[in-house]
Amino acid sequence: MVTEAELQQVLAEVPDPELPFLSIVELGMVGRIAEDAPGQFAVDLLPTYLGCPASDVILESVKAAVADWGDAVRVGWVGDPVWSTDRIGPGAREKMRAHGIAPPEGSSSDRRFLTGTSTSVACPRCGSRDTRLVSAFGSTACKAHFACASCGEPFDHFKCI
Amino acid sequence: MTAAEHAAWLMRWGDDALVLGQRLSAWCGHGPILEEDIALTNLALDLIGEARWLLTRAGELEGLGRTEDDLAFFRTDREFRNHVLVEQPNGDFSATLVRHLLYAEFAVRKAESVATGTFDPATAHFARKAATELKYHVAHAREWVIRLGDGTDESHERTAAALARLLPWCEELFIDDALDVAAAEAGLCALPSSLKADWQRALEECLAEAQLEMPVVVPQAGGGKQGVHTEHLSYLLAEMQVLPRTYPGATW
Repeated sequence: MVTEAELQQVLAEVPDPELPFLSIVELGMVGRIAEDAPGQFAVDLLPTYLGCPASDVILESVKAAVADWGDAVRVGWVGDPVWSTDRIGPGAREKMRAHGIAPPEGSSSDRRFLTGTSTSVACPRCGSRDTRLVSAFGSTACKAHFACASCGEPFDHFKCI
Repeated sequence: MTAAEHAAWLMRWGDDALVLGQRLSAWCGHGPILEEDIALTNLALDLIGEARWLLTRAGELEGLGRTEDDLAFFRTDREFRNHVLVEQPNGDFSATLVRHLLYAEFAVRKAESVATGTFDPATAHFARKAATELKYHVAHAREWVIRLGDGTDESHERTAAALARLLPWCEELFIDDALDVAAAEAGLCALPSSLKADWQRALEECLAEAQLEMPVVVPQAGGGKQGVHTEHLSYLLAEMQVLPRTYPGATW
């Protein structure tokens, strides 16, 4: 019979298809894990963006990861709680930086980035804050495209949302 | 509000998102610069994502066994319930961005209202997510309308012309019909008419910064919510639906 601890362990190894160095747990995409009956679990996945093209791959990966337990584990997308970048922990943010992606800064309730009054994001390569927003829409829906004036390198910024 | 009314209400919103998403998709590979090509397709993706949730839920509530794909690909133009504004042709880049500003400023207010609604928690959670994304849409469209309006003589003229052409279709966004009243009474969403003053104020602010005048226009009543559309929708659907109608059940 499957336990919640075993489920947690398996889910922590499912990578995000667009940020494969991070797991879906580190990105905060696993919501409630509810034991509906002894040994019967429901796993809630929280969508990051409504139109995220990786959603289908993520759901299939999770289903494959828990397939050994058969009907004992149900998996599905759930809208509550609403996912936000606040669910991404400090460890995951460090990993993003190490992979050349500037992590979301501050809290998702801080709309300064959105309104353009504060678009200063530290360059993940050289640490300089002398950077500029090239486009609010980058290589994927969750990232913006920045350029660093100090080291001259372009980089992705994981948007605060 | 009955399940059938809830379904019909969700379908209107889903059709707005689907039709505008399809329109924006046409910019893929044709954006004026690479960054805008990516931006417009990202905005399209958000809208298609909205449409998928809304039409799936509408299909479930309707209880006729129709999936998101059935609703998107196997309804005729008269069965679509989107506002006429979103089916208007892309025109040039400025017209696309003006249309997007007019719609997104409305949609974000609607989504925020639904997010605090008490009728159906699932719809409210969806709306909260949509509202967050739509704020990026507004920010992007605003920035471009300002840049183009306050740009060269040509960009100014084109943007002003697009505004004069599209603004008349906005009247329909704020007309309350029986379904809107039912939704408001049920606590699903505020009345569309109650969103107009704030939309108008935001638009005036943007236009002032863009050095554009608010055009004096004769409002078009529009019948999108009742299925009465401009001919543009029929061509859009013909292109969008041809593959699944020619090869039903095709996958890749």
